Amino acid sequence: MKIGIRKFFYGDYGEEKNSAAESTASRETINEWPLWEVFIRSKQGLDHKHAGSLHAADAAMAMENARDVYTRRNEGVSIWIVESKYIHASNPDDADALFDPANDKIYRHPSFYDLPDEVKHM
Amino acid sequence: MTTKQIKNPLINFLLQLGDNALIMGHRNSEWCGHGPVLEQDIALTNIALDQIGQARNFYQYAATLISESSGEKLTEDSLAYLRDSWDFKNCLLTELPNGHWGQTILKQFFVSTYQYYLYQELEINSDLKLAGIASKSLKEINYHVRWSSEWVLRLGDGTSESKQKMLAALETLWPYINEWTIFTDYEIEILGNKHQSIKEKWEEKIHAVLNEAGLIIPSDAYAQRGGKQGNHTEHLGYILAEMQFLQRAYPNSEW
Repeated sequence: MKIGIRKFFYGDYGEEKNSAAESTASRETINEWPLWEVFIRSKQGLDHKHAGSLHAADAAMAMENARDVYTRRNEGVSIWIVESKYIHASNPDDADALFDPANDKIYRHPSFYDLPDEVKHM
Repeated sequence: MTTKQIKNPLINFLLQLGDNALIMGHRNSEWCGHGPVLEQDIALTNIALDQIGQARNFYQYAATLISESSGEKLTEDSLAYLRDSWDFKNCLLTELPNGHWGQTILKQFFVSTYQYYLYQELEINSDLKLAGIASKSLKEINYHVRWSSEWVLRLGDGTSESKQKMLAALETLWPYINEWTIFTDYEIEILGNKHQSIKEKWEEKIHAVLNEAGLIIPSDAYAQRGGKQGNHTEHLGYILAEMQFLQRAYPNSEW
């Protein structure tokens, strides 16, 4: 079986088709395995962090692949996987509109207060 | 060197455990860089490394015991690299060529499930060192069983092409199944009467998974055997030639 692999980049999904669900149909061949995003919790109490992505035929295989590809050096205690098509990403072209306005709003950081000495861990 | 003359059942058993793990690991390592997709390439290479790690543990223990009794200074490397094919006690199944992906998976499934039930018994063996190695290995084996049986289900119950290929693989490998449960004296010495239940559990598991995968089990019960006694197929010689070349051409070289 020839398995075609096509590289997606984060942010590609929303633009290719407007709805995430439809992006399955845009895969080039039916032999192509869907892409999954992998999130690893490195130890109890910490958040799951995005570790990378991989190809797998279904969730069970994706889970095993994630274990083999991303936790073989003892990186994690828990794995989340989600099919990449369900992730909606912001469009890089919108970055100016989305993020620039926050650039000059330094007052939004709570750094203008004088904290009493008694208050710790701030 | 040779280990042919050794009579101690524990040492013979350790050598067999090590040989099965090493030859499986070596065969799987041949897939490195050739897997059908990157993720599965890594998965199988991980398994190969697990098996070679297990082989090391068994060889280290065997080397200590042989050194103690004979006074000859041996290491795990002497056992892996300096013995000839008639010293190896691995089952013939492990040395067979990999064939296609499905055949490799099926072989892995047979071996991993066997190791799973065997190591469960060894884990409670009165020899604490052997029990310790078995217990450590079981965690890895657990995953190998899960991974390989999922693939047997996927391919057996997949497309008509994958099913056809799995049936052909089953036909090829089936004559090599029985050897595992035709126990030798040194195995029975260590396992006691437990060997019968290993055989039963293993066969039950194999039948359950193959049935679920929709693969018809061949009725032919002919058993290819001899590996446990050191009588191997021609394939083992080629494996050893490749695996041992460096140590034999450049003795004691390290990297």
